[in-house]
Amino acid sequence: MTHPLIRLRGMAKHYGEGATRVDALRAVDMDIHAGSVVGLLGPSGSGKSTLLNLIGAITDPSGGHMILDGETVYDGRWLRRDLRRLRLEKIGFIFQFHNLMPFLSARENVEVVLDLAGWPAAKRRERAQSLLDYLQVGDKAQAKPAQLSGGQAQRIAIARALANNPRIILADEPTAALDSERAAIVMDLLRKVAADQGAAVVVVTHDDKIMNRLDVIHRLREGVLQSPEERT
Amino acid sequence: MNLALRDIRHRAGRFVLTAVGLSLLLGVVMSMIGIYRGLVDDALALARAPAAELWVVEGGTRGPFAEASRIPRDTRAAIARLDGVAAAGAVTYQSLQVSVDGRPLRLFVVGHELDRPGGPTAIADGRAIERSHFELVVDRRTGLKLGERLRLGTDTFTVVGRTKGQVDSAGNAVAYMTLSDAQKLQFTLEGAAARNQAARGESPNRQQVNAVVARVKPGHDPDELAQSVRRWKHLAALSQDQQESLLLTSVVEKARRQIGLFTAVLLAVSTVIIALIIYTMTMDKMREIATLKLIGAPDRTIAGLILQQSLALGGLAFVTGTTLVTLAAGVFPRRVLILPADVAALSLVVLTICVVASLFGVRYALRVDPARALGG
Repeated sequence: MTHPLIRLRGMAKHYGEGATRVDALRAVDMDIHAGSVVGLLGPSGSGKSTLLNLIGAITDPSGGHMILDGETVYDGRWLRRDLRRLRLEKIGFIFQFHNLMPFLSARENVEVVLDLAGWPAAKRRERAQSLLDYLQVGDKAQAKPAQLSGGQAQRIAIARALANNPRIILADEPTAALDSERAAIVMDLLRKVAADQGAAVVVVTHDDKIMNRLDVIHRLREGVLQSPEERT
Repeated sequence: MNLALRDIRHRAGRFVLTAVGLSLLLGVVMSMIGIYRGLVDDALALARAPAAELWVVEGGTRGPFAEASRIPRDTRAAIARLDGVAAAGAVTYQSLQVSVDGRPLRLFVVGHELDRPGGPTAIADGRAIERSHFELVVDRRTGLKLGERLRLGTDTFTVVGRTKGQVDSAGNAVAYMTLSDAQKLQFTLEGAAARNQAARGESPNRQQVNAVVARVKPGHDPDELAQSVRRWKHLAALSQDQQESLLLTSVVEKARRQIGLFTAVLLAVSTVIIALIIYTMTMDKMREIATLKLIGAPDRTIAGLILQQSLALGGLAFVTGTTLVTLAAGVFPRRVLILPADVAALSLVVLTICVVASLFGVRYALRVDPARALGG
């Protein structure tokens, strides 16, 4: 068995102290392996967004141990000072409403990540175009987000998430704004990305229609992670 | 990849409209500075016109611009005889209003002796006064043409030459005539007033002038000459530098302070407005900024985006505002003098304002939680 790309041990998050303390996550243990598409499910307030934020190094955990792509990044404290750099290097994000920059073309939206990572202009243009071609939206390279359909915009967002070759993809309700057909296409793309790039894809979702496209489902209830459900 | 430029291009219409609005405000600031410079230059123009180095006026006064001054006309001869004086001329100054084609025209009349200091040193069109009577040299700002005839007092004058930029501290155009014409114009009464004066046994004293101006021979110090003249207790004397300094500290001082204060207020308003615009522009991009932070953009990228937009906005507004004021300078009733040094100084002030104004936006942006990019 290979090492998991994401390993969480005893990860916890609470807000407040004493009588006002709220435990958003309680001692979460989780392993996510390369090539798998994992769903995080649960009712509102169950802690799934908090868990996504912890894995994404957006929120400070209250305790625990976290390894991302072979590097211990949290062990009671962050072991990296620059968490944005950590995100840039290791994690790709996909959002519910794609969050493309309205003032950039589709290709520039992909390039922006490469620019932040310090890629030279010619190479990042080439890389961005190849990703758009891979996701079958190469002909939309010059289009602004406002000129794209919801499905096309989400593909551009996936291309952006993949731009810097991260091995961890975190997707927050990526199909919530799409109809069944487009949602299925996006999920198939994420499965393809996981398989082709050897990435671990974590999807927070409420969307029943994509359950059959998840390899593992983790359910959360009041901050407690339930036993995983293998789907295949 | 320059995000600021791309965002500006994306919202070009809104950005340009905002910049044009701001340019009007900065244009007002520039015009206030230009009006102040024009005021100073106008005030000094009259004192510099005779190219004099020494001003002799009535004792105990600071004439002839800051205070009224009357001295005997033959003072000129006494001053001319002083060792070190190259040439001296008597001058009179008076304001009057005439009607030209039904419109009022205010003139500041300078009476001077032909071929002596006191007249204009540069003629823009036409020629200098050559005849002893009834010839006028006026400033272009009067709108009078060469050869045009003008009734002043009891006589009719012909415009033989025109000067450029010769106005008094109130902005009224200067008209030059011979000293004798000016004294007649000043002291000769018309009709009933003349008869009343005759009945009272009085006669007009035309042997008074307002000042004597003198040029100094090379190697002589105007201040020392002024010191010598002051020994005659009935006279006061000022060097050219003292005269100019007096004009600035007395005649235009209040206007200068008023304009300076107004300019400072306008700059403060500009700062607040730029800050509000940049803050609003930053708020509009809150989601994009959160997303940028989430995908790994460092603070300098976010701050650069806001600062560059602020500088672009200020820069465009400044260039547009300065261009507008430069083009419209001739429309202002008072002279608006745009000096390159003032343009450079204001550009630095605008640069500083933009940096300060962008700090509010930067502060807000750096506090945006990247988690705001997630969810609806």
